[in-house]
Amino acid sequence: MNIPTYKTEPLKCWNKAKELRNEFYKNYANAHENGGIRWAGGAWSFGAIPMGLGNDVYPLTGEPYGASIAFNKEFSLRCLEATEKKGYARDLCSYMRSYWGSIILDEFLFGGKFPKPDFMWQDHICCSHSKWYQVASELEGGIPTYSIDVAVGPYNEVTDSLIDYIVSQMHDGIEWLKKITGREYDDEKLIDAVYNECRTTSLWAEICVLNKTKPAPLDEKSMYSLYVLGTLEKHSKKVGDFYAEVLDEMKYRVENQIAATKHEVVRLISDTQPPWGFLNVFRYLENFGAVSVGSLYTFGLIGIWEDKPDGTWGARTTPQQKGIKIETRDQALRILADWNLSKPEWQHFYSPHQKSEMMIRIAKEWDLQGIMLHYNRGCEGLSVGIAENRLALIDAGYPVMTFEGNMRDEREFDSAKTMSRIDSFMETLGLKII
Amino acid sequence: MISEFQEWSKNRHIYAKNWKERTGGKVVGYFCTYVPEEILYAADILPVRILGSHEPQDVSEPHIFGMFCPFCRDCLAQGLKGRYDYLDGIMISQSCLHIRQAYTSWIKHVPRDFSYYIPMPNNVQSKHSIPYLTAEFNQFKTAVEKWIGRELTSNDINRGIEIMNENRALMHRLYSFRKNGEPPVSGAEAMEIAMSQQMVDKREHTSALKKLIQNLDGGAVASTNKGTRIMILGSEDDDTPFIRMVESVGGTVVVDDHCVGTRYFWNNVENNNGDLVESIAKRYIERPACPSKDWIDRTRVPHILALAKEFDAKGAIVIQQKFCDPHELDIPAITKALKENGISTLFLEFDVTVPLGQFKIRVEAFLEMLQEDDLF
Repeated sequence: MNIPTYKTEPLKCWNKAKELRNEFYKNYANAHENGGIRWAGGAWSFGAIPMGLGNDVYPLTGEPYGASIAFNKEFSLRCLEATEKKGYARDLCSYMRSYWGSIILDEFLFGGKFPKPDFMWQDHICCSHSKWYQVASELEGGIPTYSIDVAVGPYNEVTDSLIDYIVSQMHDGIEWLKKITGREYDDEKLIDAVYNECRTTSLWAEICVLNKTKPAPLDEKSMYSLYVLGTLEKHSKKVGDFYAEVLDEMKYRVENQIAATKHEVVRLISDTQPPWGFLNVFRYLENFGAVSVGSLYTFGLIGIWEDKPDGTWGARTTPQQKGIKIETRDQALRILADWNLSKPEWQHFYSPHQKSEMMIRIAKEWDLQGIMLHYNRGCEGLSVGIAENRLALIDAGYPVMTFEGNMRDEREFDSAKTMSRIDSFMETLGLKII
Repeated sequence: MISEFQEWSKNRHIYAKNWKERTGGKVVGYFCTYVPEEILYAADILPVRILGSHEPQDVSEPHIFGMFCPFCRDCLAQGLKGRYDYLDGIMISQSCLHIRQAYTSWIKHVPRDFSYYIPMPNNVQSKHSIPYLTAEFNQFKTAVEKWIGRELTSNDINRGIEIMNENRALMHRLYSFRKNGEPPVSGAEAMEIAMSQQMVDKREHTSALKKLIQNLDGGAVASTNKGTRIMILGSEDDDTPFIRMVESVGGTVVVDDHCVGTRYFWNNVENNNGDLVESIAKRYIERPACPSKDWIDRTRVPHILALAKEFDAKGAIVIQQKFCDPHELDIPAITKALKENGISTLFLEFDVTVPLGQFKIRVEAFLEMLQEDDLF
């Protein structure tokens, strides 16, 4: 087999990504020092809305925080065991259990006591979402909590009444925010945050589109460190500006044939969250000349997409790109609701068959030779329907490998067995260790 | 006295096929008790709840990842095995992620003439959920009209509401007997009556219920029940052998909070001569919540405590289908509240089959503990 060899170089944006991430957690922890506000909620919550309360409003998004705990194995285990001691089952969302454990132990991953939020602001699409913060509030002794139900069906069936339902909850949410914080609400700040969110999430999709190139400029493991910023503060101008820089760098890499990995013989995607404590799985693939160029998860957890005029899948055109001027609170909220409802990773909640179609589309447009499915015990929300996805991908002619594990609970991930399964999968793809 | 209900429950498929032959009507299978059966009855359709068969199986493994609850996999298995081949339609009203997979796999692999997914809201505590659900129920009504080829009039909808309301009211009446010191109906018998309610034409069920209630009013008893008064609560539960076991070792199940029991029939449609579909929507929003919808305030806890008090339950057996996230999220808060109110709990994890021998030992110990509390 002909093994191509490409030039590679480290990402220039790497250090800035780390700085932004560290700054995010520091801002949250230190928010009160200058009279600021801190809130906790999911990565998918409408973070643009609390921005109307002022420039000193800092979130802690639960899933990335839970994922980060994976990198401190000792703390991770203590968090999970603390939650189990409180009576919560081991098969619950492992991000949630890690987060709760941090509260129960009153220890913040980044040092010091767990910074108690002033309020909780959540959205709800998977069974656990609102219950996560219902319990978190109880564990913290009672913190005002608000959640917006967004489980209104797939985007291709959205009607005005569905958008009205979400927007009505948002309007009520703003009144609730004003009441519990005692602050006035600035619609201009909301509008800016909505523009920023649209820009950030569209830019991320543009970055992912460039991975259609051969060789791919980015590998999925590296993408995890970049997409995460969109899960922290997708509504922030800083993250949008950073993604614009990343896009420029990726364009440079594409023009100069700079690859993510030295040998790109076979292109794959994965699915669901990775096992955060075992990202070496992706480096192991490189030994065979295999590279994961992304996933519906990496592309569509934050990225917002649309069908382009040429029939391909690409970044959704933002309101600002369409020349839409947002002038009122209601208009901003409607755009925010509609934008998020089109999120690829919100569609499979209603039909795994829609997800299968998207994955097959990615396989075609990104020219893949195989798919690795993480049967992730730690997340019922993203694993829902995964068995049907497997069947559909096989029917569509793609080699599929599955591995069972847990994105956050390392006790449920068998590294040796997974590597052995990868060995077999590589063999079926005709690959040997280079 | 309850043999007819037991027969319906045991031979649900034969019943439905016979009903189709007798009436020439259509049968729609549904998952989850948020489906507006009022509209189906208005359309002269027989709604039947899809439940599992409590047999170990492997046909659903390629379709649903094993970490999802055994109930949803058991339900799908019934479809894949052809046991529900007589269904003309299949539908779901959105509740938990687990059961929804049974629906989405079913429509692909066992397609029916009619299928429908109602995006039932989860924020039932928001005032906006009623107008939203009203709009969704109107859309559903339109889809049904298109399928059956006729419009549903106000009279039809009213008829559907009356059919459901009368049946639910009678179930309340039946359950009221269980408040007696020695309930004339056992927990297992009540469960069989509740299960059959979800499998047969409500009008026939109502007729049988009226006879039973008349007999009970006259002092007849279906069975003698003097055991320690127990409440069963938790995930979907139609495991009658388990209830019989509990009642064979000194317990009497007097009330429940699960979706084959009171959560299914607890409240009625209140039609105040307003918009009928809105009245139906209001009923489904306001009914005792599935845990997947019980947020941000906990309404299940006060409801369960009220039930326990009303039925004088001395202890509660908390049943959870394995891997059932929504219930797992509620169990610590519920058991804490029950304990604070003097009601001990026993937690048991269920699968399609349960280890009756091991569970018997635990239940016996639990009942002994409750009986000692009574002594002292």
